[in-house]
Parts: sequence; structure tokens; C-alpha cells
Amino acid sequence: MRVLMFGWEFPPRMSGGLGTACYGMTAALAGLGHRITFVLPQDGDAGAAPFLDLVPASGVPVSDNDRDDGMETLLRRLTLRPLPSLLHPYLDPGHYRALYLSKGDRFEICPRFPETARVYGPDLIAEVLRYGRAGGVLARTLSFDVIHAHDWMTVPAALLARRISGRPLVLHIHSLEYDRSGENVNEEIRAIEREGVEKADRIIAVSHRTKRMIAERYAIPPEKISVVYNAVTRTEAQRAYRTEQPGERKMVLFLGRITFQKGPDYFVEAAAQVLHVLPDVTFVMAGAGDMMGRMVERVGELGIGDRFHFTGFLQGEEIERIFSLSDLYVMPSVSEPFGISPLEAMMYDVPVILSRQSGVSEILKHALKVDFWDVREMAAKIIAVLKHPVLAGEMAEKAREELRKIRWETAAELIAAIYGEAAGT
Amino acid sequence: MPSVCLYFQVHQPCRLRRYSFFDVGQVHDYEDDAENRRILDRVAEKCYLPAGALLLQLIEEYGGAFRVAFSLSGVVLNQMERYRPDVLEGFQRLSATGCVEFLNETDGHSLAFLSSPREFREQVLRHRERIRSLFGQEGRTFRHTELIYSNALAAAVEKMGYRAILAEGTEKILGRRSPNLVYRPSGCKKLKLLLRNYRLSDDVAFRFSDRNWAEYPLTAAKYAHWLHRIRRDEAVVNLFMDYETIGEHQWRETGIFDFLRALPGEILRHPDFCFRTPAEVAAYGDTALGDRFEICPHQEIDCPGFISWADEERDTTAWLGNAMQQDAANKLYNLETAVRRRKDEGLLRTWRMLQTSDHFYYMCTKWFSDGDVHRYFNPYESPYEAYINYMNILDDFSQSLKKTRKGEKR
Repeated sequence: MRVLMFGWEFPPRMSGGLGTACYGMTAALAGLGHRITFVLPQDGDAGAAPFLDLVPASGVPVSDNDRDDGMETLLRRLTLRPLPSLLHPYLDPGHYRALYLSKGDRFEICPRFPETARVYGPDLIAEVLRYGRAGGVLARTLSFDVIHAHDWMTVPAALLARRISGRPLVLHIHSLEYDRSGENVNEEIRAIEREGVEKADRIIAVSHRTKRMIAERYAIPPEKISVVYNAVTRTEAQRAYRTEQPGERKMVLFLGRITFQKGPDYFVEAAAQVLHVLPDVTFVMAGAGDMMGRMVERVGELGIGDRFHFTGFLQGEEIERIFSLSDLYVMPSVSEPFGISPLEAMMYDVPVILSRQSGVSEILKHALKVDFWDVREMAAKIIAVLKHPVLAGEMAEKAREELRKIRWETAAELIAAIYGEAAGT
Repeated sequence: MPSVCLYFQVHQPCRLRRYSFFDVGQVHDYEDDAENRRILDRVAEKCYLPAGALLLQLIEEYGGAFRVAFSLSGVVLNQMERYRPDVLEGFQRLSATGCVEFLNETDGHSLAFLSSPREFREQVLRHRERIRSLFGQEGRTFRHTELIYSNALAAAVEKMGYRAILAEGTEKILGRRSPNLVYRPSGCKKLKLLLRNYRLSDDVAFRFSDRNWAEYPLTAAKYAHWLHRIRRDEAVVNLFMDYETIGEHQWRETGIFDFLRALPGEILRHPDFCFRTPAEVAAYGDTALGDRFEICPHQEIDCPGFISWADEERDTTAWLGNAMQQDAANKLYNLETAVRRRKDEGLLRTWRMLQTSDHFYYMCTKWFSDGDVHRYFNPYESPYEAYINYMNILDDFSQSLKKTRKGEKR
């Protein structure tokens, strides 16, 4: 099957779960023999994305260095089509505005796409629509059997490509505006999201939780929506770090964007309750986001600053390092369509406490689960894991077995079957 | 004359309340009384009362030719005494027919034998006394919690004066021998070993309502025919199962009551067949010297390690297989000296309640092969929650042991 994919990010530059998921499933689909044209936004700072060196003028990557086993197969069946854009997966209108003001004038002239507007959109929605026109018209020059797009920002591009080519659209929902913003949704974003789920030929949801939300919030017939869970890719570097000895003091980790959706405030409150009982524990909040300032303040108010640390945004090896130093990973998300990071923590033998309001909790048995709002229970469970090494050991051991069954290859087979149904083959 | 030996295990766990870390030192009652009562009521209505009435009727109808055995755990006896004396009276009526044997076991449905020989002995003696006073029966047959068995257990049980012991008829100890014979435990002189025929027992207990089973639907006539086909030199078919099979695990709608009602008649249609209780099977072996069922010395069963009737493994890993279970059990039995030193009935009772095997069963992580059964009986979301809850309670209990002692010194 030839796939036109509107995706996000490629290693080594990954900012979160969406990029990780797109890359994981694309590699596995290529492994199954599918040919994929991977279109992704590429902001003007070319230096920040060295992978683009792999892409010659023709768009067909041929590179001899910088690749491991999986990469090789992938590159043979993959064509990367970076398009100039300021978009990245976790923008909201406010952040886009700031980005535009700092970089908007540095638009790179791209001779291969003369038909696209050569000016970034002045606001997020305008930029999404502009990117959509630029991406959509690719359909005129490419041949493919199915279109696969990821989340609302790629909807305009995918719909235009669908109109031009007449090929079916599979829309993959990794998160909804309701997840990101609670009830304070952005109406324009919701309108684009709605058009996407209504017009898509098939929808893939990353969990049953997300499937239910799509069906209920947008009145989509459930039979049009398939659930395909995400997975993780184990890399060499991650294995190397596993041997690292953690310090004597136990460390509890939060890793993710410090935003409403991720529930960082519940983590801070639980930390205070734990420290009341076990004063010799370190809490680490790794990540950045619009709630960070408030979290720093709250930690000060609670008087736990000497045991609670903020690392700022981490990437690459820093993330591997912080996982390998942790004794417990907590994901207190308020609304998490899936949530790949607990799987990553499990790769480092770190036991996991999960919000019940997460898609990943549907597939993980060997994790403790709490309601994100139940701070006391969260604290009690953190204490239990720290107090009973036997519990932490058993959870980590069983999680290792569980992880072996959560593979991108399995997800890719399901996705390929959905392609087949959508294309009527 | 080949006999059919039907024994039902009657047990309900003592469910613990949700006990948070923040309850430690604050809350000192551990049992979820409302839940225990709710479940006992449900099982009483679905199983204990209707099945008991049916068995009583069958015993009267067949004038003593139909016989059956029960083992009631001390835990379920506590609950019946407290909440449902009417259910207990039902068992007393059955006992009064003279056709029903009541077995002995550890009073706390515990794994005490694996950790403390002294505690094991005390629990058995206590259960023996309770059965004697409730049913006027002197215990002659012993069965261990979850049909756990080993050479060492058999030796201890013989020493306590029992004539028969029950165990799982697994190939692990039988090799290619038949479970339908009376054996002698290795190292024992008089004790008889009765082995559960797990295929025929599980045909009823697990497969009765399974529509994917080739033999579905199972009728009493078909089942009796299978029993009648045992080899002529075989002495006994031991059908051991949970009493809750009748009406609770297999609902009334499956036809399980009709099956049970028709079963004695179908089995007794064959003139060579009869029903016996475990003690009667053991005694018959003694008196029938020269008969073809005589127990030969070479019919000895060697079982150096522990076996049980649980899971595919038929071992003790369902209760003590992982690090959490072993940790919990070690910590619990480490308190034994402190508990006894207190000489306080209440503390001893709580310590025994915490020994009930189910608490450890809920911590079992072997979910992938035997998952369904474990999950069905598990009130916790995960084995980890079970461990955390239990350890919080144990924490509070051991603190209260210390506190009281300090208080007394003052």
C-alpha cells in the first residue's frame, strides 16, 4: 500500500508523544512493506533538524551514516517531505503568536513548492490553513492509495489531498481539543477537528476512552472508529542506561508538559503529603509548560522546595538519564488519550502510577492506578511503592513481560488492515 | 463394591476493608463486614439453602444410600454464626441424618503448616473442637486448605489421629497410576490417602455450563455412565469440589440442580456402585482384607514437595509464588511470638484472620495463564493493590501489638 502520511517530527528531534508515536508506527508500517510519503512541518531553523540532511533534492533519502537496523528498512520505503512551517505538535494560539513574532519573518524560500504562500500565517489557525494548502496540493504530484493524518493540525491538508486525489482519508486521533483544554475549548480548533472526524473515511483512536469521546462529542458512529493502541520502541541507548545505580534517596518523577492536561498540580499536592510521612524523598518535575510558574509558586507555599526540583524541558539522553535515576514514575493526567511515557518508564524498570483517566491504563495491568483528583490515594500509593521494595520489584518485573507484548508491529498490522478497509481492497 | 465419594468444600474469605496508609494508627477494624455479609447472603440464597434442602431430600429419598461429606472452614463458620445461623442449622440437619461426614481442616483456612507447625496444630485442634460441638462428629478425615498436601503434612496429620487425608490426584505424584484407588502416604502406617479425580470433578465444577465443551450439555445419565466405566479393580471415584459450584459458580439456570437431583439415581442404577464418605472409604479399606481393594504396601504415594488443587501448576505458587506474597507471609508469621506473648484472644483472632489463604491469593500475579479464575474471585483491582492494602493493615496490627504492651508496663 502507498500511503500519504501527514505526520509530525522525526528523530532525533522529538518534543513529545505525538512525534514518538508517528515515528514508531511509520517505521513498523515500512517494516511491513508499505511505502510511505511522510509530510511534516519543518521550521526555518534547519540546523535544529539534522535528519533533513538525509533528504536529497529528489526527496528520496539515501544515506549511509547515522542509521541503525530499523532505520535502514525505514529509509528504503520512506520519502520525507518537509514543508516549511512554524507548526509543531503542542502549539496553542498564544504560543504560536510568540513564535511568529520571533521567527515569522525568517520564512525560507522553498523553490520546490512555488505555489505555496511564502509567508507564515499570522495566527495559529491561519498557519494551519496555509500549511494545509501547501500540503494538500502535494496530492497532485504524488501517487498513493490512502491518506493517513494525525490530529487536528493536519486536517486541512488531509482533506484537500482527499478532494484532489479522491483517495480515502484515515484520520488518527491522538488527542482532542477537549483533552487539551478541558471545557474551555477553542471554537476554531473544534470546528477543524469536527470537520476532520466527520469527513474522514475511517478514524483511528488511540484508546477506547478516546473513541468514546469522539463518538459522544462529535456524534460519530462508533463503527467508523477503530482503536489502535500505541507502543514503544526499545533502543540501544535506553538499554545502556538501565545499569545506572540510583542514589540512596528515592526519587519520584513527573515527566511531561506542565499543562492543565497533564495534572502537574495534583502531583505537587501529593508530593507534599508524601513528604509529610517520608521526608527523605526527592520529587522531580521534568518538562515545561504554561503552568510551570504556578507550580514553582505552589511548591514554595507548601515549603517543600528542598525536596522538589524542576528540570525544565528535557530531551534525548537527558530523558533517558532521568528515567534511569527514578524509583517511581507518576502520570497524574487529567485527560490522557493514550500516554506513551509510562511505557518508556517501564523500559527502565521504573514502577508506574497512572491516572485512571488515561488510555494507556486500558492496556497496562502491572501499574497502580488512581483517579487524578484523588491526591490522598495518589500519595498513599507513592508511599507504598517507596516503602516496599518488594512491590516495586514485582511491578517492574511483570511490567517487563507486559512490555514485550506492546509492539509497534502489532499496531502497524491493525493500521494496515484499516487502510485495506478504507481503500476497499 | 466401587464407591463414589462426594465432598464439598464450604468457604468464604474474610474480605478486608479498603485500608489506606493514612488509616494506619487511626483505624483498627480491618474487616469489611458489610461486604462479607452481602456475599454470604447472596451465596446462601443461591447455593447453601437450596442445595442443602436438595441434599437433605436426596438422603431421605435414598434411605442412606446417598452420602456426602463437607468441610466448612472456620472462617465461613464465623460468618454463619454471626450473620446466618439459619444456614448453619441447615448443615446441622444434614449432619443429623447420619449420612453426612464433616471433615477437619485449619480453622483459619490458613497456610500455617508452611510457616508454623505449632500454629497449624492449634488451628486444627480448634477446628476439630468446633466441628465436634456443632455437629457432634469426631473428625476422622483431614483436608488441608486448598487441598495442599505433602509427605510431611501427612505425617503430622497421622500423628494427630486422623484416618484419612485428601489430596489432588495430579500426575505429579501419581505418575501413570490411577487416582481411583486408596493409597498410603509415604512414611505413614495407617493413614489413607484419597485423591481427587480432577477430570471428573472439574467436568462438573468448571465445564458443566461451558457451551464450547464437546460434552455440553452434561446430563446425570451421561456422567453416571462415565463413572460406571472405571476399571473393575478400582475402588473409589473421589469427586471433590467447592460447594458453591451448586447454584453460585454454576447458576441455577444452567440446570445444575436438576443434574444433582438426578445424579444419585443414575449412579445407583448400577448395582455394584454405592456412595461413601471419606472416612467410610478409609475404614472399608481396613475391613476388606482379601478383597480386591486391599491396600497394598506398594501403593504408596511419595510427595516430598507441596501440591494443591489450584491452577495448572497444582502447587502453592498461587499463594506464595511471588516476592510480595512471600514478604507478606513472612512478616505475618514473624509476629507469632509477639502475638502469643500478649495472651489476648482478640489479637490472636485478628492474627488468625490475617492468615486466611485468600489474602495471599489476591496478590497472585500469574494472571496470564490462570487469569480468569483469579480475577473472578479477586475483590482488588490488581495484586499490587491487594498487597498494599494487606501490608497497611499488618503495619497497624504490629503497631497495636507494641502499643498495648507498652501500655501494660506503665
